[in-house]
Amino acid sequence: MEVFEVIQPGPLTTVQDLGRFGYQQFGVPTSGALDNYAFRIGNILVGNDENSASLEITLFGCRLRALQDTKVAITGADMAAIVNGEPAPAWESLAVKSGDVLAFPRLKGGCRAYLAVSGGIDVTLVMKSASTYTKAGIGGLGGRPLRPGDIVKAKAGAISKAGAHLPARYIPAYENQITLRVVPGPQDDCFTREGIHTLFNSEYIVSAQADRMGYRLEGPPVKHREGADIISDGIPLGAVQVPGDGLPIILLADRQTTGGYTKIATVISVDITRIAQAKPGDRAKFQRVTSGQAVALLRKYEQRIEMIKASLCA
Amino acid sequence: MIYKQPRFLCGGDHAIFVELGDSIDPEVNQCVRNLKLALEKAEVPGIVESVPTYRSLLIYFAPLQLSAARLRQTVCHLLQSTAVAELPRLRLTEIPTVYGGEFGPDLELVAKHNNLSAAEVVQIHASARYLIYMLGFMPGFPYLGGMSPKIATPRKTTPRLKIPAGSVGIAGNQTGIYPAESPGGWQIIGRTPLELFHPAQEPPSILKAGDYLSFVSITAEEFASIKESVRNGTYSLNERLID
Repeated sequence: MEVFEVIQPGPLTTVQDLGRFGYQQFGVPTSGALDNYAFRIGNILVGNDENSASLEITLFGCRLRALQDTKVAITGADMAAIVNGEPAPAWESLAVKSGDVLAFPRLKGGCRAYLAVSGGIDVTLVMKSASTYTKAGIGGLGGRPLRPGDIVKAKAGAISKAGAHLPARYIPAYENQITLRVVPGPQDDCFTREGIHTLFNSEYIVSAQADRMGYRLEGPPVKHREGADIISDGIPLGAVQVPGDGLPIILLADRQTTGGYTKIATVISVDITRIAQAKPGDRAKFQRVTSGQAVALLRKYEQRIEMIKASLCA
Repeated sequence: MIYKQPRFLCGGDHAIFVELGDSIDPEVNQCVRNLKLALEKAEVPGIVESVPTYRSLLIYFAPLQLSAARLRQTVCHLLQSTAVAELPRLRLTEIPTVYGGEFGPDLELVAKHNNLSAAEVVQIHASARYLIYMLGFMPGFPYLGGMSPKIATPRKTTPRLKIPAGSVGIAGNQTGIYPAESPGGWQIIGRTPLELFHPAQEPPSILKAGDYLSFVSITAEEFASIKESVRNGTYSLNERLID
């Protein structure tokens, strides 16, 4: 079922689901929505399975024409979304009619918005996932970002209550100044005590080199004991890699599966959404937590999503 | 050297590294491979996937289903049992390769750099057995060990913008194969008609970490006919088990 025609995609709009798992052993990154929370809530609001494919829209400028009456939900970054020029509410399910123009003209907060569509976007799964990995041309719509004139298809959606909206207390505020909680390791022992002190007591600025692969930060360099090179090993989601120049890079969904630079710490699962919504110029600080604390926070996060799901589907 | 006790490194709240040795060493890498196989066989609920590299296995897990402590215990247990269990045999995959000419524009350069003839470079390159230490860098790209230092050649000072998929190259004392078209600085000595990586196949990569490969010299005519059968889906890989 054809649901949207792309008038303008903006700088980067891709099809994503929760990611491609099981193929990192072959060098294939997981990809998937960078902001797990906004992505899942979008699907919940339109009555989809949480892993249904949606559009991930970056910064601003995306414009779509509806080709069907359907139901959508806009979540994530606030891009002052409008339907036919009128403000469109975010974080709730929204009926759109065939011919409506849905636009994301201006960035007011965050970096990535999600457009969930009733039924989920219909693309051929590649390695069991709809996620686009543009660098290798895998998944999504022909392995590439959307282009003007593209037709986006959706599967038939479940019938669900119209007008579901997320209570305001569950809507995240996207700040220009974020704190990222991290668990030290795997190679924190490759840094001097002073280097580790620097990481936890400095403010870093998100550089212009910030994309789905990783966020390069600028600020005081973190000192290694002997060097930045290690025998290449795997790279977990959220790894804070520190190459020879001492400037941290936070590695995200499109990261290479392996690498040969030291990793001082790993951003905890629930804080990936914070860095995913940060944009060049934003400020970030690091705070140390234990992996036990990180798991407790993740448990609370999952309970919150379960609660939201239960209340919206009731 | 293999550690007496595995080192567990923390990969945040959802991953652990099991480091099994202190160097790039075939024996250490075989331990990584065996641990991965043992973990897959054990079908531990809560393990998402694992990524084998030179000397460690990165295990991704769902922390609300499986705790890191529990996972470490399971790994220790498996390591003790795999140490005594019969090692699975190794797989060797043959990579048919045309050397030189338009397929390997740097073959002469590699020969000259090492005071050898082109034929000698081919003979040396095609007679070794290479361990696939890991896949990474790009989908299906093998990090190989076992190249003779006699044909080692530094990278190009100016990388090429476009290296065709299947190109076989040398960079320093490493050899490798480009699974997809890419820019790169390796000295290109040949090309294989095989598709190392195909997203629609399951598994998508014909190579697997911990296995071996060898290069077999073929002619340009053979290249064309193998390429054709790869395209038709009628090509069958030359694989065998070795000790």
